[in-house]
Amino acid sequence: MTEKLNVFAVRTLTQKEYFAPGHRACQGCAEALAVRLVAKALGRNVIIASATGCMEVVSSPIPFTAWRVPWFHVAFENAAAVASGIESGLKVLMRKGRLPRKKIVTIALAGDGGTADIGLQALSGALERGHDFIYICTDNEAYMNTGIQRSSSTPFGASTTTSPAGKVKMGQITWKKNMPAIAAAHNIPYVATACPSYPIDLVEKVKKAASIEGPAYLHILSVCPTGWRSAPELSIKLGRLAVETGIFPLYEVEHGKYHLSIDFPRLRPIKEYIRLQGRFRHLTEEMIGQIEERVRKEYAELKEKAAKGVAR
Amino acid sequence: MGKRVGMEVSIAAAEAVKQANVDVISAYPITPQTHVVEHLSELVANGELDAEFFCVESEHSALSVCVGSEATGARSFTCTSSQGLALMSEITYIASALRLPIVMIIANRALSAPISIWNDHSDVMSIRDCGWIQFFAENGQDVYDHVFIAYRLAEDRNVLLPAIINMDGFTLSHVIEPIEFIEQEKIDRFLPPYQPVHRLHPDRPVSMGGIALPPIFTETKKAHEVALQGSMPKILETWKAFGDMTGRYYQPVETYKAEDAETIMVIMGSFGETASAAVDLMREEGRSVGLAKIRLWRPFPFEAFKQATLHAKQLVVIDRAISIGGPGGPVASEVKAALYGEPIRPVVYNFVAGLGGRDVSPSDFIKMVDKAEIEIEEGNREGYEIYGVRE
Repeated sequence: MTEKLNVFAVRTLTQKEYFAPGHRACQGCAEALAVRLVAKALGRNVIIASATGCMEVVSSPIPFTAWRVPWFHVAFENAAAVASGIESGLKVLMRKGRLPRKKIVTIALAGDGGTADIGLQALSGALERGHDFIYICTDNEAYMNTGIQRSSSTPFGASTTTSPAGKVKMGQITWKKNMPAIAAAHNIPYVATACPSYPIDLVEKVKKAASIEGPAYLHILSVCPTGWRSAPELSIKLGRLAVETGIFPLYEVEHGKYHLSIDFPRLRPIKEYIRLQGRFRHLTEEMIGQIEERVRKEYAELKEKAAKGVAR
Repeated sequence: MGKRVGMEVSIAAAEAVKQANVDVISAYPITPQTHVVEHLSELVANGELDAEFFCVESEHSALSVCVGSEATGARSFTCTSSQGLALMSEITYIASALRLPIVMIIANRALSAPISIWNDHSDVMSIRDCGWIQFFAENGQDVYDHVFIAYRLAEDRNVLLPAIINMDGFTLSHVIEPIEFIEQEKIDRFLPPYQPVHRLHPDRPVSMGGIALPPIFTETKKAHEVALQGSMPKILETWKAFGDMTGRYYQPVETYKAEDAETIMVIMGSFGETASAAVDLMREEGRSVGLAKIRLWRPFPFEAFKQATLHAKQLVVIDRAISIGGPGGPVASEVKAALYGEPIRPVVYNFVAGLGGRDVSPSDFIKMVDKAEIEIEEGNREGYEIYGVRE
C-alpha cells in the first residue's frame, strides 16, 4: 500500500529484500546498498538487465542468485540494448495478447565503465530510440571489478592501477566525464543524480523514473572502499561529503528543467572529502586547490541552470 | 501447392520473416543485407507485419536487442553481413549459450581489409564455433523455406538454440528467382507461436546469465555441446515435416550425380547450382564427376557426409573462405577430420575460390577438377591452393 504513496520516509520503505543478503560484495560497498535501495523502490514488477561488473559478479555465481526479481546478464557494453529488447518484447507480447497486460519496469544497470566508456554507444542508441526504461549507472569511479583501473568517470587526481600517482604524474590527469549532462542532451524526460547516503532521495527518484513514460537516466555515486582506499565504515559519510562539498551534487533534470535536490548555501571544503581517501593521498595543496576551483565553478553553473529552470 | 512468384531473394526472405509472425526485428544496415531489412521495415510501416522494428545504432546492439526480446519470449530476428557480424560476434556466443532461439540471416560478404562488399564465407567462418545451428542456402527457395524450418527447430524444447541461415551476398541475396510461397495457414500450423520454457517475467522470476566459476564452467560447455550435437535428429525430423508439407525435402548433405562418381566436388552455398552445371558438362564428356553440397554446417553432419562421399577416389573441396596460416579452407579441414578415422578414404584436394566476389563459373569448376586430378595422379595427395590468382 505504502508503495503507492507519493511521500516517503524510511519507515515506509518495504522490508522486503529483492536484492537478497548473502551476495559477495565487499564490506562497506555502497554500490550494493544503492542496488538494494533501487530494488526496494521498484518492488517485484521489474526486470533488470545488468552489465558485466561488480554487481553481476557478486550476485550471480551459478547456481546461486541474489536476485528475487527477474535478472539478466548478457555482456559488458550492451545493458541498454538488452533492456531495449526486454521492453520491446514485453510490449509486443502484451499487444498481441500473449502476455497479460501489466506495468513491468525495465531496468538497465551498469557501472561507470559499462556506461561512460564501453556502453556509451548502446546507451545513446537506447535513449534516442525512446524505450520506456530506466538506465541506472552505479558510479564507483573506476573499473573496480577488474582491479581499480581508471575509467572516464574517475575524478581528476585519483590514483588507480592504470592512472597511478608516480614521480611525474599525479594520478588521473583528466576530469570526470559528465554522464548526466550527456544523458540530458538526449532530451529524455528524466535525468537525476543520487547517492545511497541519501536513501529517501534515491528511492523517490527511482519511483519517479519508474512512473515516467520514456527513457530515464539515474546516475548514482557509489562509494567503493576497496578502490577508493577508504575505511568501509566511512562509506555513508563519504557519500554525504561528496554531496556537501559540491563534488557530486544531487539534482534532477525533468523535461530539460534543472532542479537541485539539496542546495547548500556554503559548500564544505573538498579537503574534508579528499583526506579520507587513499586514492587522493598524494595530492598537493595546489592540486586540491585546482579541484576545489573547478568544483565551485561547476556547482555555480548548475545552480544557475536550476535558477533559470532551463536546460542549457 | 503454393504460389510461384519471381522475386528478389532478399525480399522473399523478408516475406518469410513476415509469414513466420516475428515479434521483434532489430538490425543495422550493411550491404548486402539491406534489402531484407528495408522490406521488413516497409511491411511493418504498412501494417502488414505486427512487430517491433528497431534500426539500432550498431550490429552489436542489433543482436543484443534480440537477446533481450527473445528472453521475454518474443520471436526475434536479425540480419547482417561481414563487418556487422564481426562486430556482433561477442553476442553470438552468448545468445547460444543462453539458449535463446533467435534466427539470423547472414548475407555472406568478405571481411575487411581491404574492404569488399562482395561475397565470400569469411564472415560466418569467423564465428564457426559460436554454438548456433548453421545452414547454407543454395538458392532463394532454400532461404525462404529455412526461415520457417529454422524457427521451428530453434524453438523446439529439445533444441533451444539460435540458428543462422547463410545466404550468399549478391549472388543470392540480390538475384531474382522463382519462389514458391507457402499458404499462411500451412505455416501457422507448421510454426505455432513460441512458448518459452523460461522467460523473463515477474510472475516467475529467474536469473539468467550468471557467472560460472571453474568448478561449473566446463559443465556448461558440455551441456551446450550435447545440445547442439543432439539437435541432429530434430533437424532431420523438422526437414521431414517440412517436406511432407511442401514436397521439398532437405538433407544435411545433398548430392548431385555423386552416387557412382570417382571425383566429387564438395561445396557450400550458392556454388551449388553453378557446380551442378559443371558436373553436367563433365558428365557429357564421360567423366565420372559428381557433387556434394553441405547444407548443414553446424552441427557438422559427419555420418551423412561420409555416406555421400566415402566411395569416391578423390574429393575436390572448394572453400569460399581462407584460414590464413592454417591447413587450407575451413570446409576442407572439416572434411579431412570427418574422413580421418576411415581405413579407406578419398584423397582430399582443396581450392579456395570466389573470395571477395570473384566470379566462379562452370568452366572454373572444371579447371579445378582437372587440376586436382592431375596433381593427385602426380602424387600431391594433400594439395591446397588459392584458385585463379592473377600473377
